[in-house]
Amino acid sequence: MAGALLEARGISKYFGAITALRDVNFHVGPGEVVGVVGDNGAGKSTLMKILSGLFVPSEGELVFDGRPVSFRSPKDAQRLGIEMVHQDFALAGNMPIYENIYLGREPGWRLGPLTVVDHRRARRMAAEHLNRLKIHVKSIDQNTEDLSGGQRQAVAIARSTAFDAKLVIMDEPTAALAIKEVGKVLDLVRSLKEHGVAVIIISHRMDDIFYCCDRVMALYQGTNFAESPLGTTSRNEVIGWIMGTKGHTQGLAHDNMH
Amino acid sequence: MSDTPATKSGFSLRGPRVSKFLEVYGIVLVVIVMMLALAAIKPEVFLSAQNLTNILKQNASLALLALGMYVVIVTAGIDLSVGSIMGLAMVALAIASKAGVPWPLVLLIGPAIGLMVGWINGVGLTVLKLPHPFIMTLGTLNVARGLTYLISNGAPVSGLQPEVRYIGQAYYSFGMAPPAGIPASLILVAVCAIGLWFFLERTNMGRHIFAIGGNPHAARVSGINVDRTLVVVYMISGFMAGLSGLLLAGRTDSGFPNAGIGIELDAIAAVIIGGASFFGGRGTVLGVLAGVLIMGILRNGLNINNVSAFWQQILIGLVIIIAVYIDVLRRRAAVRR
Repeated sequence: MAGALLEARGISKYFGAITALRDVNFHVGPGEVVGVVGDNGAGKSTLMKILSGLFVPSEGELVFDGRPVSFRSPKDAQRLGIEMVHQDFALAGNMPIYENIYLGREPGWRLGPLTVVDHRRARRMAAEHLNRLKIHVKSIDQNTEDLSGGQRQAVAIARSTAFDAKLVIMDEPTAALAIKEVGKVLDLVRSLKEHGVAVIIISHRMDDIFYCCDRVMALYQGTNFAESPLGTTSRNEVIGWIMGTKGHTQGLAHDNMH
Repeated sequence: MSDTPATKSGFSLRGPRVSKFLEVYGIVLVVIVMMLALAAIKPEVFLSAQNLTNILKQNASLALLALGMYVVIVTAGIDLSVGSIMGLAMVALAIASKAGVPWPLVLLIGPAIGLMVGWINGVGLTVLKLPHPFIMTLGTLNVARGLTYLISNGAPVSGLQPEVRYIGQAYYSFGMAPPAGIPASLILVAVCAIGLWFFLERTNMGRHIFAIGGNPHAARVSGINVDRTLVVVYMISGFMAGLSGLLLAGRTDSGFPNAGIGIELDAIAAVIIGGASFFGGRGTVLGVLAGVLIMGILRNGLNINNVSAFWQQILIGLVIIIAVYIDVLRRRAAVRR
């Protein structure tokens, strides 16, 4: 795939006797927003964990910016600008917003094996970064356990983009949110695209997919099933893909009503 | 639901700045109130230089243990082995001192033993993946205590080199008339407390320790090496226990094989009274020191008022329960805010 930012070729993943993924191909271009759909157990999360370095594939290769790469840990992927936003946000609730944003990558100066954290600089960087993303919080010193679900998701997204991210992978970014907060998070995804960041979104919600994706691809029982640019498919067709059916819903009249 | 006046006035109406202040320094106020109360009841005894110096000296080893325990409790862990480490360190260094090992080496024995047992605790927890630190440290509690009896034959060892006794016995009068003065052990506690505060609040590993206590999954996906950090945490706790063994050996000029039995529970109590959360991720070094002082002053105050030791234990138990209940109330008030 020429011009792809990240490409996965022939990926298989076995957990003992269980085959989670079989010969899956996937690619995402720079600044592209790709929706990944599939039923529970289709292999979406496994594929994303491979792309973000949490799992090592049993077979197949990853190509980043035209060069083959292999990740032994999320750190390796992060170094290339690949970040993951987890479904449960993965924030430390007992710590303030700004510390969560830089957790594991604290700004400061080296002291032997340690880093002396420059809290003042971390605060300033966090405030500027949240401003850039138009995320508004009462104070960056608030603990994340005091935030709403949408605010937590926003902080998690801010963390994923705090270090020159090129690709952000989001696992069900709206599943845990109140309805009124969903729109804000999806707008945030769109603004990432405007900043030139590629995004992969796993979602069950057709509204999410059709609001902010450029392309949608479906996995079914651990294999590639279908994919299409958003403009040439419909909600019902995509829902059909999730259930493992192709083609026969195309003619239905209510397909194009959205 | 009925609001208690305390939560209302303290945390809702007076605004976030006051409540923040109380959250951090409220525990210090408790210490001051206790001291004022005792000063009012028995001024000539409680406020005597002898008595105040004694409180500090007697609680210095507990303070070291509690500081180490605090780091473990921040990760939502527990270290039951610190009392045994203290006993083993004390006896081992007493034997070495008597055998004529050069004193600079003797000074290293306690901390070295602590680091070693702590490392074993950490490795057992993370590499063997034992289900809970309670189990692993309960094991090393027994192993270390057994070793202590083995090397000492169960008998106390006394008569240490003067240099080894120094840290436990010396005090600096700063021109005051003896017995008034600053004990060297207090300076050791202060240095450890400041060092630990800097480590926990200002270094990345310290912040990672808090993150592990708050959400270990978040810590892991943030690229933090959780296992390695936990090994360091238990080594810190062991190191502090070894140091406190050195202090106690110096103060008593001996190594008692029975020293430190059950003191791990006092250390846990001091940390909890000091406002740290048993579930990890919350607490302050200042609170831990205050927790130690609250227990120390309570015991001292009851002693000088001739209250029986049996009552002391009952009261300390009640204080633990009240301290945690205050924390529960505070948390509830914070949620309502």
